Amino acid sequence: MSRNRLSKKVQEIEPSGIRKFFDLILGRKDIVSLGVGEPDFPVPWKIREEMIYALEKGYTSYTSNIGLYELRKEISNYYRKFGVECKAEDIIITTGVSEAVDLALRAIVDEGDTVLIPDPSYVSYKPLTILAGGNPILVPTLPDFKLNYEKIAQYAKNTSPKALIINYPANPTGVSYRKKELEEIADAVIEFDMLVISDEIYAELTYPFDHTSIASLNGMEDKCIVMNGFSKAFAMTGLRIGYVIAPSDIVSAMLKIHQYSMLCAPITSQIGALEALRNAEEDLEKMKAKYMRRRNFFVKKLRKFFDVKMPDGAFYVFPDIRNTGLNSEEFAENLLVKKGVAVVPGNAFGECGEGFIRCSYAVGMEKLKEAVDRIEDFLKSR
Amino acid sequence: MCNAVEVLKVIEENAKLTPEEIAEMVGCNPDEVREIIKKKEKDGTIIKYKTLIDWEKTGEEMVYAIIDVSVSLTREKGYDDIAKRIAKFPEVQTVRLVSGEYDFQVVVKGKSLKDVAFFVAEKISTIPEVKDTVTHFVLRTYKEEGVLLFSDEEDRRLAIVP
Repeated sequence: MSRNRLSKKVQEIEPSGIRKFFDLILGRKDIVSLGVGEPDFPVPWKIREEMIYALEKGYTSYTSNIGLYELRKEISNYYRKFGVECKAEDIIITTGVSEAVDLALRAIVDEGDTVLIPDPSYVSYKPLTILAGGNPILVPTLPDFKLNYEKIAQYAKNTSPKALIINYPANPTGVSYRKKELEEIADAVIEFDMLVISDEIYAELTYPFDHTSIASLNGMEDKCIVMNGFSKAFAMTGLRIGYVIAPSDIVSAMLKIHQYSMLCAPITSQIGALEALRNAEEDLEKMKAKYMRRRNFFVKKLRKFFDVKMPDGAFYVFPDIRNTGLNSEEFAENLLVKKGVAVVPGNAFGECGEGFIRCSYAVGMEKLKEAVDRIEDFLKSR
Repeated sequence: MCNAVEVLKVIEENAKLTPEEIAEMVGCNPDEVREIIKKKEKDGTIIKYKTLIDWEKTGEEMVYAIIDVSVSLTREKGYDDIAKRIAKFPEVQTVRLVSGEYDFQVVVKGKSLKDVAFFVAEKISTIPEVKDTVTHFVLRTYKEEGVLLFSDEEDRRLAIVP
């Protein structure tokens, strides 16, 4: 037998579980998609204009590895609103939070190190941990999909984890944490001497209270790798632009990986991001108000059919569909084939997501209404 | 408690929403919404419900012109008096007092170029306080009331993204 061409690590990770849904959608024109994890608003025009202007002026070169100083400076000012005091030197501009997660894990994880990951959670944390040589341990967050001291302690006790990944407001559940709840998580982090990788990409889309970064809590300054970006707040998904804020030794370590693997984030996107922070707050507030109205509307409608928690943030609702007798994948597949509504099965985000589906309300009101009607039809026809 | 400003923001965008739908969006009950709307209609906060129509699509001939009007004020006649006099013509759609080289910006609607031109010559220019008018005929409208009247952007997102 010939030698295996693929690395053991890459064989160990599974492809994303939603791929087969693409095949089901192919060629269908009648789809209402609630399966989309990105804003339906286009990038605010002033940001696009600034990027076009930059291209016209010939800004097409590399930037420094760490990213444009003005942008990092602006981010350091901006992050004060979430309670964090940091300097431009503590920030690396990345190609989206996706790269930032990878950098953080590769910078701190040694072969076999344990990383605690909430279940359910965003799809990349576990595979990226494996690729970094780590040992991902999933912490079940049922029934409220929130981490707390007990849940973390139960899994941290015997594994001496190197790090804990948290993401709030969370994809796929929409749950977030108030300061008090974060303090409880911080207690566990300090007690078990972990680092925190805090993915705060949905921070701006927090509705009932203000987002607090876990890095702002007492004793956490030196333990947090905070990441955020422009994809959700400013709808800049395809521009791939984010950043990571971390203690200086970790920044240096991440920067080594970033400079050899990515070199720098795209300059056009960096310039757009700078404009976003300087001048697009009003656009952001308008988008946020619209998301919140849709959330209220959508949750109220879905509660006629399912048990649904009111999400604190992001643009996802995570209804419990177990009363239908179908599992997540059956539900999502049937709904798609029969009624043309795309949702993501909850188990794509971990075993604890089984029995739930993720519905995005990053779609216009008219489509949202149409989707609700079709879901009602679907349930009646069964 | 129902936030009145939230309700107004929602119906400013879409006046066709039902009180039930508005209530769901702003997170309160339909009766509260009905009450707010009634109150705001009564006190004149809500002025009128109109529909934005792209008349070009109907083939209906419709001519709009923007008229810059310069006036000379007298002791007896101030801006308000002159503005009211102009505004009362049904052909006049909008009257605004503006800063800059002229005083009033007036939007006039008519059936033909001739129609509008004669209206300006006979009704606006003849007002004693009006010194001068400049008429700009509207050739095409690209944005109206904050709404783009063209679409060159489509939803290019993939249907399922984690």
